[in-house]
This record gives sequence, C-alpha cells and structure tokens, in this order.
Amino acid sequence: MNLFEYTRATSLGEAVAAAQKPGAAYLAGGTNLLDLMKGGIAAPAHLVDITRLPGLSAIERLPDGGTRIGALVRNSDLANDPDFAETYPMVAEALLSGASAQLRNAATAGGNLLQRTRCEYFYDPASPCNKRAPGAGCAAIGAATRIHAVQGWSEHCIATNPSDFCVPLAALSAIVEIAGPQGSRTVPLTAFHCLPGAQPERETALGAGELITALVLPPEAAAFARNARYLKVRDRTSYAFAVVSAAAALTLDAGRIVEGRLALGGIALKPWRVAEAEAALAGRRPTPETYAAAARLALAGAEPTGAANAFKVELARRVAARALALAAAGTPARMPALPASPFGLA
Amino acid sequence: MSATSVPGGAERIRQGSSIGQPLTRRDGPLKVTGRARFAADHLPPGTLHAALCVARIAKGRVTGLDLAAAEAHPGVVAVMTPGNAPKLARHPDQKDGPFVFRLDLLQDSAVRYANQPVAVVIAETLEAATEGARLLAPRYEAESPRIGLDAGTVFTPPAIGVGEPPEEGRGDVEAGLGAAARTVAATYETAAQYHNAMEPHAAVAVWDGDRLTLHTPSQGMAMAQGRLAGLFGIRPEDIHIESPYLGGGFGSKGMVSGPQVLACMAARLVGRPVKLVATRAQMYGPMGHRAPTRQTLRLGADPDGKLTALDHHTLTASSAFDDFFEPSGGVSLTLYASPAIAVRHEAVRLDTGTPLFMRAPGEASGSVALESAVDELAQACGLDPLAFRLANYAEVEPISGRPFSSKALRECYRQGAERFGWAGRPLQPRQMRDADGLLVGWGMGTATFPALMFEGNARAELRADGTGTVELGAHDMGQGAWTALAQIAADGLGIPLERLTFRMGASNLPNAGIAGGSGHTATAGGAIHAAGLDIIGQLADLATNDAASPLYGAGNAGVEARGGRLYRRDDESRSERFEEILARAGRASLSGQGKASADPAAQKAYAMHAHGAVFAEVKVDPDLGQMRVTRLVGAFAAGRIINPRLVTSQYYGGMIWGVSFALHEHAAMDPRTGRFLNDNLAAYHVPVNADTPAMEAILVHEDDAVVNALGVKGVGEIGITGTTGAIANAVWHATGIRVREFPITLDKLLG
Repeated sequence: MNLFEYTRATSLGEAVAAAQKPGAAYLAGGTNLLDLMKGGIAAPAHLVDITRLPGLSAIERLPDGGTRIGALVRNSDLANDPDFAETYPMVAEALLSGASAQLRNAATAGGNLLQRTRCEYFYDPASPCNKRAPGAGCAAIGAATRIHAVQGWSEHCIATNPSDFCVPLAALSAIVEIAGPQGSRTVPLTAFHCLPGAQPERETALGAGELITALVLPPEAAAFARNARYLKVRDRTSYAFAVVSAAAALTLDAGRIVEGRLALGGIALKPWRVAEAEAALAGRRPTPETYAAAARLALAGAEPTGAANAFKVELARRVAARALALAAAGTPARMPALPASPFGLA
Repeated sequence: MSATSVPGGAERIRQGSSIGQPLTRRDGPLKVTGRARFAADHLPPGTLHAALCVARIAKGRVTGLDLAAAEAHPGVVAVMTPGNAPKLARHPDQKDGPFVFRLDLLQDSAVRYANQPVAVVIAETLEAATEGARLLAPRYEAESPRIGLDAGTVFTPPAIGVGEPPEEGRGDVEAGLGAAARTVAATYETAAQYHNAMEPHAAVAVWDGDRLTLHTPSQGMAMAQGRLAGLFGIRPEDIHIESPYLGGGFGSKGMVSGPQVLACMAARLVGRPVKLVATRAQMYGPMGHRAPTRQTLRLGADPDGKLTALDHHTLTASSAFDDFFEPSGGVSLTLYASPAIAVRHEAVRLDTGTPLFMRAPGEASGSVALESAVDELAQACGLDPLAFRLANYAEVEPISGRPFSSKALRECYRQGAERFGWAGRPLQPRQMRDADGLLVGWGMGTATFPALMFEGNARAELRADGTGTVELGAHDMGQGAWTALAQIAADGLGIPLERLTFRMGASNLPNAGIAGGSGHTATAGGAIHAAGLDIIGQLADLATNDAASPLYGAGNAGVEARGGRLYRRDDESRSERFEEILARAGRASLSGQGKASADPAAQKAYAMHAHGAVFAEVKVDPDLGQMRVTRLVGAFAAGRIINPRLVTSQYYGGMIWGVSFALHEHAAMDPRTGRFLNDNLAAYHVPVNADTPAMEAILVHEDDAVVNALGVKGVGEIGITGTTGAIANAVWHATGIRVREFPITLDKLLG
C-alpha cells in the first residue's frame, strides 16, 4: 500500500474541505476502496474518513411519507430495520443477498453506490482499461466476457455495475442527496451512474470533492410494499455477484396492475430501468404474458459483447419475468432464508 | 533400545481404549482461542518483512526493474534480484529425485509463467515491502504464451503421476466396442484448479551461521529439509522446520515451494530473520495446481449391461519446464470389470506454473469422467445406474487380476442407496419436481482411492510413573493428526490418553513420511504402533522373566497391554501395573523406536483401495438454470476407523470439494496474456455454507488384515471421487442436459 495522508473528519464541512486536496478520496466502510488500494487500482494521496461524521447514520421516515437513509447507515442495519424492511421489502432483500454478513456490517449505503465494477481487467493493473487510464483501450473486449454488459456498453468499456442495492433503489426512483463545495444538490439514482460512452472514466454524477449524504425514497415508493421482490441469479447460492438480477414491484387493484416498476442488475453499467417495459405493465392483468412482454421490452436492443455472455440476454428476460411473477404473488411475510434466491422463494 | 519393523499385517493391533473413539480435536481449544501458532504468527526479534514482485507476463524475460524507486521507498532494506541473490549450491532446475520440482529462485531473467517471482523486496514493515515490490514495475520482453489444452503440441509423457506408465490396459478394446450392443463415446473437460488452502504459504526464516530455522507449513518436513539442504549446501540436520499446524495443504505444501525458499534466501541476504507470506494471488503459479484435462471415454456393453470395453484417453498439461502429468485414467484400471480396458495419457506443455498433486490427483478428475460415462452407458442400456455398477462390479482388480485386500464396496452401495432412498428413482430424466416447481435429480458415483503407505519412523518412551511419550515428525493439515495419531500412540503404549505426552510437527523428531496420498495415518500411525510394540515387548521381557511378577513365565507373546497394565492373554486375572514392573526392574524408563512402510510382498499380491458410493440430489430452476446440491449421502469403506468423528469430517470435506469440482472451481486465464482473471476468493468460487447440502457420511465396516498393521486405509481424498460424478449425473437426471464441461454452470442449463 502506498503512503497516504489520513484525515478523520468530524463535520461535513471539514470533510468536504479536506476532500478538495488533489488525489483525495472519501473513506467509509472501505469494503471496496481498501481492496482497490491493495491491488494498486486506486492510489489516493489523501483519505478523508467520514465514518465519524454526525447525522449521516439515521433512517428517517419523512413527513411526506418518504424515507431518508443516511449515507453512513450500514447495509445490515438498513436491511434489518423492521420498518424499513416492511415498507421497502425488495430493498432489504437485495441488501441481504449481497456480499457476506461481515461485509454488510461494514459497508455503507452511500458507499454501495460508489462500488466499482468487478470487471477482471479493471482489477488487473497490467491490462489496459479506459476507466483506469482513459484512452488506453479495453482489454475486456475480445476476451471471455461472461460478467460483462448486454445493455448500454460502448466500444470503450463493456463493464457492469455489481450493486444489488441500487437495482431496487432505481426501480423505486430513489434520490441521491449530495454535499459539495458549492453546497447541496440532489440527483435521481437513475441518473447517478453514467453509461460508459466515450468517457468510461466518468462513472457517476459526483463532481470533484462531492459527497453522498443520503438516499431518499420518495413517498410513492411505499405503495409497493405488498408486491415487491428482488431476484438474483448467481453462480453460487450466496456470496456471489449477480449474473443477472431484477427488482420488480407492482401495485394491484381489482385483478389488474395499476403501476409496475422493473429494474435489472448485472447487465449494464447502471441499474437498467426501461420506461416502456413499465408502461407495458400498467393496466394489464398480472399474467405470464404480461410479464414476458415487459421483460422483452426491458431487453430491447440488448446485445452481448461476445459468445460468453450471449446467454444473459435470454436469462435477463426470464429473470425479469420471474421477478414480476414473484412480486404479483406477494411479498413474503418473512424474509426468505436465502434472500433473492430461486431457492429461497417461499 | 531396539528398532521394530512392522510390515503389513505381520502384527495385529491390540485392543485399546482410544482407537475407535470419536474424540474431539485435541488441538481444537488452541485453534478456537487463537493460541495455536501457525507459521505466519511467528515474529522473532529483528524480523524483516519480505514481499514478492511477480511477473505479469507468462513467457519472456524481465528486461528491467526500477530498483532505485523501490530502494528509495521508506523502510525498504534490500531488493533481492538475480543480480544479488545469494548463490545456491545447486541450480534449482537440477532434478535428482521423484519429488524434486524445478523452482524459480531468481537465477536469471527468464519468465516461465504469470505470477513467477522476479524479485523480493525486504523491508521493516509489510506495507513498505509491498509498496517496494510494486514500485519495481518490471519491464519485460514478452512472448506469446501457450494457454489452454489446444495451445501446445501433443505428446505422450514418459510417465504420469508418480512414475506410472502413461499407457496401460489389457484385452482388445476395439473388438469389445465392435461387439457391444450399446456404446457411449463422450469427451469431458475439467478445469484448472488451485488448492487455495486458507493459510497462505508463509515462511519465517532465521539463520544462525549455516544453521536454518524455518517456520513454515509443510506436509513433508523431511523432504523440505532435503531440498533446502541441497539448495543451500548445508546438512539436512542443520535445518530445523517447525510446522505444528497447517491451515490446509491439499498437496500444495507437500514440496517446499519457490517463495518459501526465497524467504530463506532473503534472510541470508540481509542477515536478519525474514518473514514472507505469499498473497492469495501469488499462490496462483509457483505452488502447483490441478491441471486441466480433456478426457475421452469410449465404453461398450453387452445386452445385459456388462462392459465389453472401456477406453479412457486423457489429454492434460504440464508446464513448459517441468513434468507433472495428472494421472486421470488410473481409476479406470481398478474400478469396473471389463474384458478390455485401455488407458492412455497424452499431454501438452503450457506457459503456466507446474501442476502438482492436488487432493486426489488423477482420481478426482478421472472419476468425474468415468462416472459420467458409466451413467451415460447405464442410461443407454436402460438400466438403473446402481444396477449397472453392480453388474460390472470388479471382484478382482481388473487389469492386474490381483485380489483386493478388502473391498466392502457392495456394502457401501447397499447402505448408501438405502439411506438415500435411491429405490424408485425414475430411469428417465426430468421426471421429478419439488413443491416449488424446481427440477429434482438423483445421481450416484463410485468413490475409490488407493491405500498408500510411505516410510515413517517414531520413538516412544514409557516412564516408571506409568506415563509415556510418543513423538515423530508428523503433520496436521487440519485433518486431525494431533488427535488420531495420539489415539494410536496411547493404545500402542497401552496407557490412557491422559497419561500420554504426544509431540509432532517438528523436523527434529523422527521422520514420519509425508502427509499425502491419504497415507499419513497408515504411515505415521504404523510407526507409532511399532514403537509401542517395541516398548511393550521390552516390558513383557522384564515381567515374564521376573519371578516376582504375576506374569512370570507367560512368555512374550502371551501378554497384552491396556490401561497401564500388562495382562496374561490366557488369564485376565493375572496382570500387573507398568509402574510395578519398572520399579522392580529398577528402570526409570524404557525407550522404543518404530518404523513402518508398505510390505512389498503384500503390495505385489493384493490390490489395496478404499471404496465408497456417493448419492446426490440436486435441484435446478427449470427456467433460470441456477442449481443447488440439496442432499449428499456417501458410504465409504476404508478399513479400520481410528476416530469416527474426524473421519466423518474428512468425508464431509471431500464431498464438499466434490460439490466445488462439479459446480464451482475454475481458474480462468486470459489466453492472450496467461494472466489469471480470478486469482482471489471473491471470483474463484468454492462452495459457501449455503451451497453445502445436508450431508451424511456412512462409515461402512471393513476389516483388512493385509493392508498394514493397523488395518487402516486413507480417508483424506476419497470423498471427492465419486461425488463430482454423482452431482453431474444428478444434474442430468434433473434436467435431461448432460454437461460434459466442468464446472457445470447455469448458462449450460438454460436450454
């Protein structure tokens, strides 16, 4: 590990000021950043530890019926908060399907949005990567890219976002609260992560020195509590990133879908939410045909990056359709023993 | 003191109170409270930390290192490169024995595989050493590497495994296939796998002149002494290795690896103790691995389902610079009766580290191909897979015609099938679903592993206060040697376990042979047993020749020892405490030595193998392909069971490894660069608890009067064999899809 400066910030103002130094990075749970530093992928000159900042660790129900999640709320605390889990069951399910208990105890809500791709070539400093070194090229292109994107990729980068948490957050139209040198602002989660385009090094909407302070679930997100599921297909039953995942939420009335939400994980560099797919749910009967039609629309334009991930297009359709069917069947009374798993559905 | 040799079967074991007891691990409390000191826990005063700088190309040479940058980094003490590395007494590529493998010890600038060490940075702190290694930023002249079984030129190696012939067989396979009513021809691929022991290869090296003390995990301390002595030009007895606990070895710690030697070289260079712990990624290269295989099986059966021919061809790979060839075909020589059997091995050379022994080398990879092919043929014949295996049960070892020293496989099949509930399994696939609509499949496989034995030595002491000591350089990789060997030792001396002092895990104790080949209990245990016999023989001499003893005149053969007393065999009422015998003889203690090795005559006359039957249930999501093993029942017969609790754990561990082989393990390399894509435990999958099914291991009774004095066969590796094939067969039974490329992943089941 390289030598770096370390500041333990005691106030938001102090943290943001400290982060103005060149090469500064915020440190929260460190579950991704420290690995990146050990691997020589990230080499911040200055770490600004925000874990002691006051006021960022609360889960608050807002007067308008929304919920504000402090950026420092630990994944496990959020998932295991009874009110939160009851109101936003697929968010809790997604959190509990991610990583391991130890990692969830350390990882924070804000940090989850900033975890980097798991592209093998991004993690290999000897391989060219346009994220690490703009213009260097992409070693993943032309390789066996099983974990890579089928939506939204470019000739410069084919990576995926590995987050589970962000998938239901995107479906529920979460808002990201950001503090920075110019004050505070908000960005919709669906606009927070950038597709690679010609600038894969630009990963999020955060400007230099900006800090996520909270995530806000808008009031209408609570309406889906009774019909919301996260489904995550993976190569082992636990402690694995999604091959493909889906968050599906419905409101139902008189045998018809009033409103549907659908976002997919593991297929793009951001949670993949398609307005047309959701529009195809509204007003329809909750049937396999309806789910399949929405799933088809969610994967419209999908294209694998090679033979190794060609299966993901069809798999993603099936996962989307299944997640919708599960959501229609109703949120389980208890969190499944294997959250989000095809083996823990009851 | 007299030495007693115990060839196989010459002496029968006495009845004791310890052998057969399901004792918990005697080292368990030390481990769960953190008091067990593993190699990397040692930090002698003045220790410096070393970090490897490893090659990021797979073939070529290093043309430059930024020495100045590394040396300027605060805390860096020295950088060891080919330019300043201590001279070795012999070149590490010089081979002079069957277990000597070429090591990369900074002799030149050549790069033979990715992750090969090219320099070592020694610093005051681990952090400084690590950063120094990064700052070296090697420059290379790279060549295109050969990666993958299609990349090399195919040849027939002169020998496979440990000196076995590459081609064996009998009968006319082509005629057998021609005459068959049903045939199967299929090719199965198994992936390169890395041992990934939880404890990395660590070495803390301390030189005192030409004497070396080394804390390092070892499955073979005496071999390591020999190898290090040769490299450094010193006497083996001037090397002291401490290796009381290993956090897993699985074959990767059988021979001392390059980085462990580099720690010794670094300590020599700086004149201070040096600690070097390989990172997880650095274990993918210089520590061995299981080579990939492509196995083509051709089987024929007559109308009754009896094999007419079995042809097993293996293509595997070794490194560009050394020889180890995965002997996958061996299982086909011993498992099923067939009038014609042909086993052939071919290989290519790749720009990887040298593959080595990895848990059930040959048997694990060969078993999955053979058990899959047998399942396919059973299906082609319209027979239940168990009925098919019983129809082809080998009453004698098929190729050699030798009788088995013991073989309770039929009983394994019976008990395993009964416990699993195999009866009533539909012959056709895709017939069973659970309440959630998941596809359910049942599959089985036969497990087999040879009963091996090496040469081991032990010494023992019995004192006038009735306590005893047994010591030998045995190894505990986590399998429970501290407990099982102590049980044998207590019974060998005829004393309760609490009166025994038991020592092992250091190289200044008698050489107990390697902990490998599932032969450590037979070897080390046999030596311990012989040392006990030596002492009890002396004790019996004292007692039976002493007119004051109730055993006077009983004769040496007429007594037995247990509970701290000698008993007359023909009259249990006549006995005497050890303390009394020794006190009257005026002896403070008796010393004994024991030695054990395989009996060549018995080996020639008999085939010796452990066997088992594994039954697996899997569930598969019919649309999403995700699968899970939900039940495993393994019934194993492996001779005498020293400690049923530990043996059950060994079987569980083996079966879980079978899950891993079937569904998870796969070292991914980029064929363009030869670098690994998943050299970390997040991406190189092994099963987690949620993947580990309800398991049952049945210990099938088996007496073996021939295999060795204790009648034990190995239990460490057999659990993988059979299991992988059982799972693959269950996946087919669930889905109707026969996956022949391992691991089986969900994309292969999407249909």
